Amino acid sequence: MRRYLAVLSCALFWAILVYGVPDLPDLGDPDAPSHKHVVPEYIEGSYKEAGVTNIVTAILANYRGYDTLGETTVIFTAGITVMLLIRRKWK
Amino acid sequence: MKPEPETNDIILRTGASIMVPLILLWGLYVLIHGALGPGGGFQAGVILAAGFILYTAAFGLGETKKILTMKRVLLLASTGLLIYAGVGVLAIISGGSFLEYGVLPLGHSPAESSKYGIEMVEVGIGLTVMAIMVSIFYDIAFNGE
Repeated sequence: MRRYLAVLSCALFWAILVYGVPDLPDLGDPDAPSHKHVVPEYIEGSYKEAGVTNIVTAILANYRGYDTLGETTVIFTAGITVMLLIRRKWK
Repeated sequence: MKPEPETNDIILRTGASIMVPLILLWGLYVLIHGALGPGGGFQAGVILAAGFILYTAAFGLGETKKILTMKRVLLLASTGLLIYAGVGVLAIISGGSFLEYGVLPLGHSPAESSKYGIEMVEVGIGLTVMAIMVSIFYDIAFNGE
């Protein structure tokens, strides 16, 4: 019974997602909302404001610097955690 | 202490001795090149760590530990994060907000100093990622010995 319920809920979720697909903007559509919001600013500003030609780097390190600082901290914390969990002997 | 998992495989050793310098050089290139083309701290850190892991696979942990001791690995990881946060604090000292690279006294224009600020941050990311990758590899492969 539970198995059928699981299959049914998966199918329902799939149907909802498929129902939403036709409303998505086309791939690479310049008028898509995601391309209208902050992307023009990034494309124009990454050389003028951030001084780098690589837009990805400009977004990563400049526009989303806080986020990347958090990511680096996450990696650091992950390493420390692995160290605490696996390394028993401290030298 | 477990015996060192050393190998006498001549193909692996010869290949590694050719590949490792190139991998490390490539990692440094990707690290420095992040502002101009594809690349950046995260990728460079993983490439550098891969070089050290290949070196360990070929020559054993003892050889790698002559260069990268546990202490140095931890020190490098912390230093990378410190560089990143330090650049942010430096921007505050220079009169801007946290991580505002434009106010750093590094270049003639805000864009130029922003470029150097980004480069410094990338170096910090690269150091942390490399050290943490090597540290996790040490922990999992050798149980911290």
